[in-house]
Amino acid sequence: MAGFFWLIPLIPALSSLVLVLFGSRISRKAISLQACLAVLASFILSFTALAHLVRMPPESARLTKTLLGWISSGAFSAPVTFFFDPLTAVMCLVVSGVGFLIHVYSVGYMAEDRSYARYFGLLNLFTFFMLVLVMASNIVLMFVGWEGVGLCSYLLIGFWFERPAAAKAGLKAFIVNRIGDAGFILGMLFLILKVGSPEFAKINGAAAGGVLGPGLVTLAAVLLFVGAAGKSAQIPLYVWLPDAMEGPTPVSALIHAATMVTAGVYMVARLNGLYSASPAAGTIVAFIGAVTAVFAASMALVQTDIKKVLAYSTISQIGYMFIGCGVGAYAAGIFHLTTHAFFKSLLFLGAGSVIHSLSGEQDIRKMGGLRKHLPRTFPAFLVAALAISGIPFLSGFFSKDAILTSAFAGGHYAVWALGLVGAGLTAFYMFRLVFLTFFGESRLGEEAKRHLHESPGIMTTPLIILAVFSALAGFIGLPAVVGEKADLFGRFLEPVVRAAMAPFPAAVEWNLILVSTAAAVGGLFIAYLFYIRYSLFPGRLAARVPRIYRVLVGKYYVDEFYDAVIVRPAVRGSEFVYAHFDLKVIDGALNGSASAANLAGLGFSRLQTGLIKDYALAFLLGVVLFLGFILFLKI
Amino acid sequence: MAWVIFGFLSLLCAGSVVAMVLSKNQAHNALFLVLSFASLGGIFGLLDAPFVAAAQVIIYAGAIMVLFLFAIMMINLKEGLPPERKRVIYGISAVLGCVLFAELLIVARRAFFHGAEAAPAGGANPAGLGHLLFTDYLYPFELTSLLLVAALVGALTLAGKKGSS
Amino acid sequence: MIPGSAFLVLAIVLFVLGVLAFFLKRDLLTQFMSVEVMLNAGNLAFLALAKASSKAEAQVIVFFILTVAAAEAVVGMAIVLHFFKQRKCIRTEDVSGLKG
Repeated sequence: MAGFFWLIPLIPALSSLVLVLFGSRISRKAISLQACLAVLASFILSFTALAHLVRMPPESARLTKTLLGWISSGAFSAPVTFFFDPLTAVMCLVVSGVGFLIHVYSVGYMAEDRSYARYFGLLNLFTFFMLVLVMASNIVLMFVGWEGVGLCSYLLIGFWFERPAAAKAGLKAFIVNRIGDAGFILGMLFLILKVGSPEFAKINGAAAGGVLGPGLVTLAAVLLFVGAAGKSAQIPLYVWLPDAMEGPTPVSALIHAATMVTAGVYMVARLNGLYSASPAAGTIVAFIGAVTAVFAASMALVQTDIKKVLAYSTISQIGYMFIGCGVGAYAAGIFHLTTHAFFKSLLFLGAGSVIHSLSGEQDIRKMGGLRKHLPRTFPAFLVAALAISGIPFLSGFFSKDAILTSAFAGGHYAVWALGLVGAGLTAFYMFRLVFLTFFGESRLGEEAKRHLHESPGIMTTPLIILAVFSALAGFIGLPAVVGEKADLFGRFLEPVVRAAMAPFPAAVEWNLILVSTAAAVGGLFIAYLFYIRYSLFPGRLAARVPRIYRVLVGKYYVDEFYDAVIVRPAVRGSEFVYAHFDLKVIDGALNGSASAANLAGLGFSRLQTGLIKDYALAFLLGVVLFLGFILFLKI
Repeated sequence: MAWVIFGFLSLLCAGSVVAMVLSKNQAHNALFLVLSFASLGGIFGLLDAPFVAAAQVIIYAGAIMVLFLFAIMMINLKEGLPPERKRVIYGISAVLGCVLFAELLIVARRAFFHGAEAAPAGGANPAGLGHLLFTDYLYPFELTSLLLVAALVGALTLAGKKGSS
Repeated sequence: MIPGSAFLVLAIVLFVLGVLAFFLKRDLLTQFMSVEVMLNAGNLAFLALAKASSKAEAQVIVFFILTVAAAEAVVGMAIVLHFFKQRKCIRTEDVSGLKG
C-alpha cells in the first residue's frame, strides 16, 4: 500500500480535473462527496506511507518514485520524482488532514454559493499543487508546485470575482508573489548552475560539504528567502495577505493559514543544509521573522475586522516559524507550523462560523455576547485562542517555547526578546478578539439578532476535531527539560534536518519557560482588563495617543508607500510605453504594412484601365522583354 | 527570275499593309488587306507550298475578308472620326515596335546562322500533306473540325440574340 | 533559289507592321484586321522555316492556323456587330468596362 504513495497528489488532481470539466453537470452532493473523499484518500495514503516509514531504519527512511523524465538536457535533469521522508510525511499529513476538515466545512459554508463546482475544483487543485510542492525531490518540481499554489491562491481569493475588491486582492496577491518568485528563480538558478543538479539531496550535500563558496551559499539562501518572504507573507512582501481575506473564509483557513503560506518555511527546512552552511543567511531569516512577528502583531492590536485580525496574526506566527528555522532549530519551526495549522485554521473556521451565524457581519464592533448563542463554536474558538497565545499545556505553548528556547540557546538574544514581546502581544490581541466577539454586551444590529443561529453540524464538527488537536498536539514535542527522549517530533525529523541542539542547562530552560508563560498570561490578563473590566479604557487610551493609534490603524501606511513608490510609477511607465511604443510603433508597423499593401493594390489596379490598347501594350512590352532575356541573357 | 517575282509580291504585300495603316476608311482597309493576302498566297507558292497557297487565297482572301466586308456593310459607318490627338501610347508603341523588329531580326539571323539551304521538302505536295493530316495529325484535324462547329454555333447564337442592344 | 531568310525577314516586317497597325488605329474592325495580318506573318515564318529545314509538318501547322483564324474571324465579327449595336460606333478608345 505504501508503494502507492505517489498517488497522494494525483488523486486530488484527478478530482479537480473532473470537477473543472464536468462540474456543472454533477449534483452538489456528488461534488461534495468526490472532493472530500479525494483529500481523505490522500490523507489515508499519507498515513499508511508514514506507517511504512517508521518501520524503516531512520538513516534511509525515504520512499522515492520517479514518474517521468520531464527535463533532461546534457548533464542536467529534473525528473518528476516524488519522495516521502519524515519532513514530507509531516507536511502531507497536515495538508491532507487539515485540508480534508476544511473541505467538509466548506460543504456547509458554501452551500448557498452558485459556483459550487468551481470552488471545490479549485480547492482540490490547490491540494494537488501543495502536495507536489512538499513531495518534490528537486527544486524545479517544487517550483512547479510553488507557482501552482500561487495561481490557485489568486483564483480563490478572487473567487467572487464580480466584487471589484476581491478581484483587486487576487491580483495584488499574485503580483507580490511574483516579485518574491523572481528572487526564488534567481536563487534556484544559481544553485543549479553551481551544484549541477536540482535535487535537494545534492544541494544540501554540496552546501554542507563546502563545495559551494560561502558567498554563493549566502546569496542563494537569501534569494530563495526573498521568494519565501513573498509566499509566506513576511516583511517586505506581506501586504497581500490582509487583502486576501476577500476570499471565502475556508480558503483563508486552508491557504492563508495552514498550508500555502507555510510553503516558505517548508522550503527553508528542506534546504537546511544550505541555510546551516550560511550563518549570515540564517541570521537574516531569523531577524526578519522576529521583526515581522512583532510588526504584524502590533497591527493586529487595532483591527476591527475579525478576519483581518487573524490575517495579521498569521503573518506574525509565520515570523515565529522563520525564527525557528533561522536559528537552526528547523524541527521547532516545523513543529510550530503543524500546531499553527491546527489552531489557526480552527480560528478561521470559527470566525467563518461566527460570520455565517451573523449572516455576513465581520466587524467585531458589531458583535458581543455571542458565547450564549454559539455553544459549539465558542468553546472551539476559545481553545484555539488559548493555544495560539501559548497558554501552558496547549499545543502552541510547546511549539512556541521550542522556538524561543532555541533562539536563546543559540545566542540570538535580540531575536528572543522580540519573540517574547510578540508572544505577549499575541495573547493580548487574541483575547481582545475573543472578548469583543463572544463576551460582554451584545452590540448586534437588529437584522443580525433576528437571524442569529448556531452553524450546522457539518461546520462545527471539524471545529471540534481541530480543537482536540490544538489542545493535545503539543505532547508529541515535549521540551528537553521533561526528558531527553520526550521530543518525539524532533527525533522523527532528525534524519532530515540534522539539528543538533547544544546541551542546555535545565534551570535556564525552566526560567525561559516561566518567562514566556508570564508573557502569555500577562497578555491575556491585560486584555481582560481592557475589554471586560474597564471596557471604556481602550477608547480613552486611543484618544490619548491619537497619532500612534492612527499609524497602527493605517497599517504603518506601508500600502500607501508601496503604491506611491512602486505601483504608480510602474503604471505611469507602462502608460508611457503604451502611448509611444505600443500605439505608435507596433500598431504603426501593422497598420503601416496593411496600408502599404492597400496602396500597392490600388497602384496595381490602376494598370487595369480597361482599354484594349493598354493591355496590348503590356503584351508587347512583355514579349519584347522576354525576347530580350532569351536572346541576351540566355535564360 | 524568282527574285523578281518575290520582290514584286513582297512589295505588294507590305505596301498594301502600309496602305491599310494609312487609310481611314474601313472598306478601303479591308480591300487593301485582300490584296495583301492574295500576294501572300503567291509568296506561299514560291515556298513550295501549293496547297497552302491555294488555301490561303480561298480561305483568307476569299472567305474571311468577305466576312469582314459583310460586317462593314452591316455596320454602315458614318465617316468622321475626331482628329487624332498626340498620345503617349503611340510613341511608346512605336519605340517598342522598333525594338521588337530589331530583336526579331536577331532571331532570324541566329535561325539561319548555319545557312541551311535544303532541297524542297519531301512531303510538301498536297498528297503528302493529306497523308500527314490523316495519320500523324488526325486528332488535331478532328478537333479543328469540332472547333469550327463550335465557332459556327457561337456565331449563330451571338448574332441571333434578340433585344439585347 | 531565294534563301529562306528573305522570307523570314518579310514575315518579321509584316508582323511588326501588324503590331503598329494595332496601336495606331482606333476602330475595332481595323484592329481586328491587324491581328489577321500578324497571324499571316506567323504563317509565312512557319513556311519559311519549313522550307529551310525540309520538314512538311510546318505546312500542317499553317493549315491549322488558317482554320482557327477562320473560326476566330467568324466569332469576332459576331462580337463586333454586337459592339456596334450597343454603342453605335466602333471606336475602342473609351471602352473601359473591364476597368480595375
